[in-house]
Amino acid sequence: MFTYIARRLTVAVPTILILITISFVLMWSAPGSPFMGEKLPPPEVMANLEAKYGLDQPYWKQYVDYLTNVIFHFDFGPSFKFKDRTVNDIIAQGFPVTLTYGFWSFIVAVIFGVGLGVTAAIRHNTWLDYLSVGFAIGSQSIPNYVMAPILVLVFTLWLGWLPGGGWEGGTWDHIIMPVIALSTSYFASIARITRSSMLEVLNSGFIRTAKAKGLPMSRVILKHALKPALLPVLSYLGPAFVGMVTGSVIIDQYFSTGGIGQFFVNSAFNRDYSTMMGITILVGTLTIIFNLLVDVLYAWIDPKIRY
Amino acid sequence: MKIKTTLMASTAALLVLSGAAFAASPMAGETLAADQTFTYQDIDESPSIDPGMVEDVSGSAVVRNLFEGLMNQDADGNLIPGVATGYDLSDDKMTYTFHLRADAKWSNGDPVTAGDFVYAWRRAADPATASPYAWFVTDITGIKGAGAVGSGDAAPDTLGVEAADDQTLVVHLERPVPYFAQTVTHATMFPVPQAVVEAHGAEWTRPENIVGNGAYVLTEHVPQERMVMERNANYWNDGETVINKVVRLIINDETQAFTRWQAGELDLVGVPTGQYLSLKEQYPAEIYSNPRLCTYYYNFNMRDNAPEWMKDVRVRQALNLGFDRTVITDGILQAGQIPAYTFTPPTTAGFTVPVVESAAMTQDERNELAKSLMAEAGYGPDNPISAEILYNTSEGHKSIAIAVSQMWKENLGIESTINNMEWGTFLEARGAGQFEISRAGWCGDYNEASTFLDLYGSGSGYNDAGYNSAEVDALLAEAKTAEDPQSLYNQIETIAAADAPIIPIYFYTSVGARQATLKGWPDNNVENAWYARDLYKVE
Repeated sequence: MFTYIARRLTVAVPTILILITISFVLMWSAPGSPFMGEKLPPPEVMANLEAKYGLDQPYWKQYVDYLTNVIFHFDFGPSFKFKDRTVNDIIAQGFPVTLTYGFWSFIVAVIFGVGLGVTAAIRHNTWLDYLSVGFAIGSQSIPNYVMAPILVLVFTLWLGWLPGGGWEGGTWDHIIMPVIALSTSYFASIARITRSSMLEVLNSGFIRTAKAKGLPMSRVILKHALKPALLPVLSYLGPAFVGMVTGSVIIDQYFSTGGIGQFFVNSAFNRDYSTMMGITILVGTLTIIFNLLVDVLYAWIDPKIRY
Repeated sequence: MKIKTTLMASTAALLVLSGAAFAASPMAGETLAADQTFTYQDIDESPSIDPGMVEDVSGSAVVRNLFEGLMNQDADGNLIPGVATGYDLSDDKMTYTFHLRADAKWSNGDPVTAGDFVYAWRRAADPATASPYAWFVTDITGIKGAGAVGSGDAAPDTLGVEAADDQTLVVHLERPVPYFAQTVTHATMFPVPQAVVEAHGAEWTRPENIVGNGAYVLTEHVPQERMVMERNANYWNDGETVINKVVRLIINDETQAFTRWQAGELDLVGVPTGQYLSLKEQYPAEIYSNPRLCTYYYNFNMRDNAPEWMKDVRVRQALNLGFDRTVITDGILQAGQIPAYTFTPPTTAGFTVPVVESAAMTQDERNELAKSLMAEAGYGPDNPISAEILYNTSEGHKSIAIAVSQMWKENLGIESTINNMEWGTFLEARGAGQFEISRAGWCGDYNEASTFLDLYGSGSGYNDAGYNSAEVDALLAEAKTAEDPQSLYNQIETIAAADAPIIPIYFYTSVGARQATLKGWPDNNVENAWYARDLYKVE
């Protein structure tokens, strides 16, 4: 197992390096400049700006300097757009926001998704099953950019219960709507995967044996069926978790949370190279880590898997 | 002998005597609300709120609340005292002497001195600062030596501005600049606290470091989310200020912002594009549309790489004439925009739009003339033209481009294509002249016609059309020092209207929704220069 983790980590490093390299090349080949407004600054100002951000150096030097700073100092450099912030500042401000509502969305999606999926499977072909499946498909077909305005319309404008956006340090009333909007489609997917995999497990031989032993149904489900039924769900959860905690652009924009997703998109429009790189590396690294975690969990849950 | 200025100075001199300044002034019978928090929306976070570095309109509004320049604007855009109580102008109109009030203080209690302005202006012009608005000091103000400082050929301390004493700022100009006093209301010309800037570098504008001299101090700033400004007890006119707290929320989505305004969360928001008419019916008292000092237009490419037909002035003129601007203003935009046939907006101070031929015709006459010009130039069904309109990605620009190309097709038989580019890419293509026809919008940096007409100059960095007319260049140079430049401005507009390097389309309006409880909004200020200290909220 440990050799497996070590091996995976060894592969992770070049993967991140490749990610950085490709992003670097793509960034430099994109037309436009971070310093360009309606009017291009005069040459002497441009030269100063380029020197300030190290853009006057040859590409290889910029690349090496960047890597050195990131790897040895964990320094992503100054933002090209926000004059008084570094990329580390931006991540430090935006990532906790996204992490907070992303984490709660994940919890909500898993609890409701698994719960609904299991219920539907146990009550297969009953009204409860149809209702659950209908609900899941319904939720999944409402994208979050439709969900978000509906929530605001209902809870802010009509009922006046919740603020229509903002974050204000992450008070509970600011978190509720982003969590609902973000978790809906994930929870629907989880419910559907859980249901079908649970159905498969419930029809397998060892469950029949367990039932034959006279075990109560709750014990059969919780003790024997749930674990194997969750395997396919688990492989879905890794990327889903990263997707949730690194932010949804739509959630960030709609609810004006100041989260990382919004910075990510805007940095591309602004040619804010350093911010774009910083967030890309963050998301890439998290994806690799969580995929590894999922694989390890897999081995733990499924005795058939040996690394 | 020095004389009191006559231009805007009649006001300035008067106000020196009375000592009055514009401030929140509730009317009789109005009851002030208990909660004086003003919350408003901006679409995007500003790159900087450092007066020397600020580059966007919404960032400038923040700067006006956190800092104060020598002069301010009142609700109608007239000059009124700010840090300076007034100024004297020398006989040759090349030396301005500003008298600073003794009670002007920074938020840390230090006095605001003439030296703070000297430092700020040198810093803004210095290429080492790399300010995106350095050109405002170096090219627009006409301060002596500014050009050389800006290009790095002279040291910043050679800039023609000096502190005679703590309360007297003397500005030497290279030439008489009739609008100079107006330029000091621009954010780039606001003072900055040298000690704080030097102690904290680029991070001096963060809430934990910032020191300002405006009516408010920055207490919280979460980029892309919110900014909170609270009353500055050290502000000299704090006694006349009513709004206690200003909250700026960044909400990218216009519809979302409007919904939150409907829910009462905000006092002021923009109106979603294309919904002005329907919302105005629903909220007649709250939705407003004010004229703005901005023009929407298309550039022709006047460079050598342009297609042959575009080099023919008759064809350019035909395109300029051959579409109905009211379809765009009344049919698409529907928020009080005014069709434009010349470049400088009619709301510009001291400027009367010259009546050019195209403006005086009916649309049928324009279409007829356009057709005959096309025929005369040898283009028509046998020899068709195809044009490409380039615009930056936006639904609004797209609708306009479609309407224009459709009308060109109907009226002139021109097959045009429309092409959009993302903003950064668009700027590069437009700046490099890689287009046939490109969309543009321009807002005045100060309220005088030259802020528009300068764009016709062959040396202007914003002359994206690449227009090059020796005659216009000469007139522009002459206007810089003219006693009364209006007739020169008229000539420039008339020549440009005949040469047609651009197609003026409409003059902007600023459209928004504000709660009926918010009072004091400067509806007649065409630069939209609002100061939170002039606002107040009623029950």
